Amino acid sequence: MKRVLTGNYAAAYGATAAKVNVVAAYPITPQTTIVEILSEIVANGELNAEFIKVESEHSALAACIGAQSAGARTYTATSSQGLALMHELIHWTARARLPIVMTNVNRALGPGWSIWADATDSVSQRDTGWMQVYCENNQEVYDTTLMAYKISEHADILLPTLVNLDAFFLSHTSQVVDMIDQDRVDAFLPTYAPEYKLDIDNPRSFGSLTSPDHYYEFSYKMHKAHEAAKQIIPEVHAQFAKEFGREYGMTESYRCDDAEYLLVTYGTIAGTTMDAVDRMRDKGIKAGALKIRYFRPFPSEEVRSILKNAIKVGVIDRMISFGHEGAFFTETKAAMYGETVPLYGFIAGLGGRDVSIKDIESMVDKMQAEDPSNLIWIGVKE
Amino acid sequence: MSAETKKVRLTLPENEVMSPGHLACQGCGASMAMRYALKALGRKTILSVPACCWAVIDGPFPYSAVGVPLQQSAFEAAAATASGITNALKSLGKDDITTLAWAGDGGTFDIGLQALSGAVERNENMIYVVYDNEAYMNTGIQRSSSTPHGAWTTTTPVKHYRKGQKKNIMEIIVAHHIPYCATANIAYPEDFIKKLQKAKSIKGAKFIHLFAPCPTGWKHGPDKTVKIARLATETNTFPIYEVENGVYKINKKIKNVKPVAEYLRAQGRFRHLPEDELEYIQSMVNKSYKRLEKLEAAFGESA
Amino acid sequence: MTKKDDQKPIVFEGASDMPPMSASQGSMSVNKTASWRSIRPIIHEEKCKSCMICWKFCPEPAIFPTSPPTINYDYCKGCGICIEECPFDAITSEKEGK
Repeated sequence: MKRVLTGNYAAAYGATAAKVNVVAAYPITPQTTIVEILSEIVANGELNAEFIKVESEHSALAACIGAQSAGARTYTATSSQGLALMHELIHWTARARLPIVMTNVNRALGPGWSIWADATDSVSQRDTGWMQVYCENNQEVYDTTLMAYKISEHADILLPTLVNLDAFFLSHTSQVVDMIDQDRVDAFLPTYAPEYKLDIDNPRSFGSLTSPDHYYEFSYKMHKAHEAAKQIIPEVHAQFAKEFGREYGMTESYRCDDAEYLLVTYGTIAGTTMDAVDRMRDKGIKAGALKIRYFRPFPSEEVRSILKNAIKVGVIDRMISFGHEGAFFTETKAAMYGETVPLYGFIAGLGGRDVSIKDIESMVDKMQAEDPSNLIWIGVKE
Repeated sequence: MSAETKKVRLTLPENEVMSPGHLACQGCGASMAMRYALKALGRKTILSVPACCWAVIDGPFPYSAVGVPLQQSAFEAAAATASGITNALKSLGKDDITTLAWAGDGGTFDIGLQALSGAVERNENMIYVVYDNEAYMNTGIQRSSSTPHGAWTTTTPVKHYRKGQKKNIMEIIVAHHIPYCATANIAYPEDFIKKLQKAKSIKGAKFIHLFAPCPTGWKHGPDKTVKIARLATETNTFPIYEVENGVYKINKKIKNVKPVAEYLRAQGRFRHLPEDELEYIQSMVNKSYKRLEKLEAAFGESA
Repeated sequence: MTKKDDQKPIVFEGASDMPPMSASQGSMSVNKTASWRSIRPIIHEEKCKSCMICWKFCPEPAIFPTSPPTINYDYCKGCGICIEECPFDAITSEKEGK
């Protein structure tokens, strides 16, 4: 069934289709409409779930941890300051190996107060052990939410997923979304039946004091699960494509095959970049775009194989790791270790600043002219 | 085993859900507390335990002492985690399992107060027990907002001992209008168990403020735990009462109230206090107890 | 009996046979705390009235509710609460290792 939905509604309906048992969330702009619509969906019986109207984001994720441990499929959503407040429990979720799915509406952090798009919030959670996906449109938000449960709950993975969408550009923008019939979702995503849970018939203590004799191995197992995810994610994508006809990858290449100038990016900027690529191609510039969907696990091999034949590569980040560079730029460079292609780092669109097709085209101009050792700030008024 | 064993009369349920071998200090009030709680609630119980002594007492991976499922949680998250557990049980149709949040005074009076307030305001179906040992004992005896006036801790050294009264957590929780709040004391396990069983039978949020001495932090012999706990109630320092649907009832009215000095002088943490401080503490205890009596008179069964 | 009551030590060869998360399934009863003890409580049958107060207040628990009660010396940490609380002075302490 096709419906016109905002990105936030697409996320909420994705969680609804996943038949989550427990929702715990706290409102924050621009995530608020997710909480509102889910309240309605639960109240009108469309979703048979308990919605815990917690008093903070910290408690939202703590409640999800408790509920998921007790054998429920759970969902939460937040943004920016809320995600930052959850930080302690973001680590906890992953180390507890709980396949919780959370929507994060990418928003800048204060001060000064900014409710607009910026990926600093989610990138700051990079080392927590969560899988992270960045979406470009509302259909992708809906589909990714559904697939995230299947991937997270896979017995060889058992890791939570953060599904990211840009503030306002997606969260409050309506697009046509093809929603999948419930019986077909149910066939794709069976009832959650975890092996490890709070069970009175097989009581375990979860999160016990752990000595260096075991902590190290738990960390190793988490990393191994991320490595396994790199194999399993494409399998789930393939199954999804087979069932529902929409194809996804850990990355998505656009006119990359013969591209000389390749631009790497994520989120809504990826869509703009693809439009810019078309424009540049019309002008005779062999440009291409690589959209990164999965930031964790990072698809290094895939990125490298796509980028290695380019003449120059630029990476556009809607965030800055102060004192260094954009995080996706860092990861891309690391993936390209040993290759000779020069890489350029671009900072763009922080705090919701618009990134235009012209801005993207200017990046290719700069790649032709500038020294790759400089970090290039697009549109900054110095 | 004795050669001849005959049936004896026990005042507590005989079942032991908690196992020995746990890591509590000698004479730990909190370990007695858990033993009683699991006797009262049985194996159909799920525990939510934040950072506190019990995060360690339960034992290191891959062992546990409690015999029931237990979810450790972040320091401030006991009530929120328990909210998740109880809602999951409801959603999955397992309403016959009791969710028990089990936190120390640090995780309740201080860092966990927000999550606790949220959970009881939502009237989550759970029992929350704070085992109050009046300081951050797991990190090595630092003051909390439950540390009483005059006490030494490692962050309130004798030259700068704790000034001010401990927070009245009961009144804070009572103000949330939940169906059941009670105090209890490890010196009176029958009363504690009765209250837990009552709490179990009530739907919604239940709160028990349990007095549990810490020999290590209070500087008394491990053999004196019960004696000192009893003195706390016998001196009216820690009265035993309950508030059921807003109705106050003092469960133990002490006939011959002992001087507070007797309680204070039994503990090393108050050794430095001069006489005038003992008098001051006595006056505060009298005042607090009078206040409680007035509450009972105004909002008790006969009111 | 639940698995938490198993008294066998659990040994892992490595990551491959460990659970994915810190999920504890063994019983702490593998941990015999007798070595913590510096004093040993002794119950004197002739004075004992089997009131079970010692059993009631044992924090481990390391006292069986028999008549008279029996101390489980594998776990007794020697806190002395039973000695202090006994109303009949039926429990005395002995220095451990005497």
